[in-house]
Amino acid sequence: MLASLIIVFREVLEAGLIVGIVLAATQGVVGRGRWIALGIVGGIIGSCIIAAFADGISSLFADTGQEMFNATVLLIAVVMLAWHNAWMAQHGRELARDMKAVGHAVRSGEKSLAALAIVIGVAVLREGSEIVLFLTGILASEEGGIATVAAGGLGGVALGALVSVLLYAGLVQIPTRHLFATTTWLLTLLAAGMAATAVNFLAQGGMLNAGGTVLWDSSGILRDNSLIGQALHVLVGYTDRPTEAQLIAYVGVVAGILLLTRWAAGKPPSDRSRVASAAE
Amino acid sequence: MRRVSLLSAACALALSGAAFLSAAPVRADDAITIVIKDHKFEPAEVKVPANKRVTLLVDNQDATSEEFESGEMKVEKIVGGRKQIKVMVGPLKPGRYPFFGEFHEATAQGAVIAE
Repeated sequence: MLASLIIVFREVLEAGLIVGIVLAATQGVVGRGRWIALGIVGGIIGSCIIAAFADGISSLFADTGQEMFNATVLLIAVVMLAWHNAWMAQHGRELARDMKAVGHAVRSGEKSLAALAIVIGVAVLREGSEIVLFLTGILASEEGGIATVAAGGLGGVALGALVSVLLYAGLVQIPTRHLFATTTWLLTLLAAGMAATAVNFLAQGGMLNAGGTVLWDSSGILRDNSLIGQALHVLVGYTDRPTEAQLIAYVGVVAGILLLTRWAAGKPPSDRSRVASAAE
Repeated sequence: MRRVSLLSAACALALSGAAFLSAAPVRADDAITIVIKDHKFEPAEVKVPANKRVTLLVDNQDATSEEFESGEMKVEKIVGGRKQIKVMVGPLKPGRYPFFGEFHEATAQGAVIAE
């Protein structure tokens, strides 16, 4: 049971850390609880469906279905994170000013919350399907009855949720004036890490044949499947044996999001805000 | 309109890497079979030709699922109970590349030897 608990804990942690960052990034935004919950529930339902069709998915695209699926959903999350950051750069000042005003600013804030809900959904989907496959496998064998599986599963979920809550609690200790910049960077590094992971799935699936040289091996210092290594893997995209392609993707996404947010911040405010401020 | 263009820009960011993708996955020759039985790999050591893309056929004969993983070969793939998956590795320089089953790490240990 302990072995199951640890495995479930680690999978939950990978998704939970992302939820913690998103919660901190949306601190004070109206309606964020609803959207985050939607992302989690959607991810859980999706993970059961994926687990049920895992065999079929695996054999798609000449047996590279799993790799293609993982790469695709990760890249969707990268796009959502890039878009969210750009949107916040464009509308952040408006939102902060009009936080109390119901209407345009808050309603269009929902689009950015939807993007984050998709990011959470993707993370929960990926880790959740692994958890479902793992636990149903134990049930299918003679090795564990319902009680053992339930105990290990629930225990792992509880522990993973606890660590994620601790991350969130730690993040919101950051003074408000620095919280936005900190969480923007965390979301950017999250996106970069996901892109690097996606690139590895593409390489594994044979879709990407360039840049496969491993640049360094830091597994002597920190293995990426140790507890801290795994947390860093989620938070900043740490991997102990990065390939050229992974480094390019990582740096490319960070640079790309920085440029995108700079460009978006320079765009003029929306029509209604212009009218509103003209009327003041 | 503005929202659409922001989204397009974000998509362009992701798709710009698509220039490096192959049209079809590189096909390897005959697969080398590794069986999972009682949470152990059989054979535990597998020889593969070096500097070539190689396909491993992981045949899980247990009822439990397993996650076939190797940091050295940079692969990670789930195989359900009583199912098979194909995992492509390489091209590998000559050497020893350990792999393990994440769900039963204590006993599921093996290595690929490229020579």
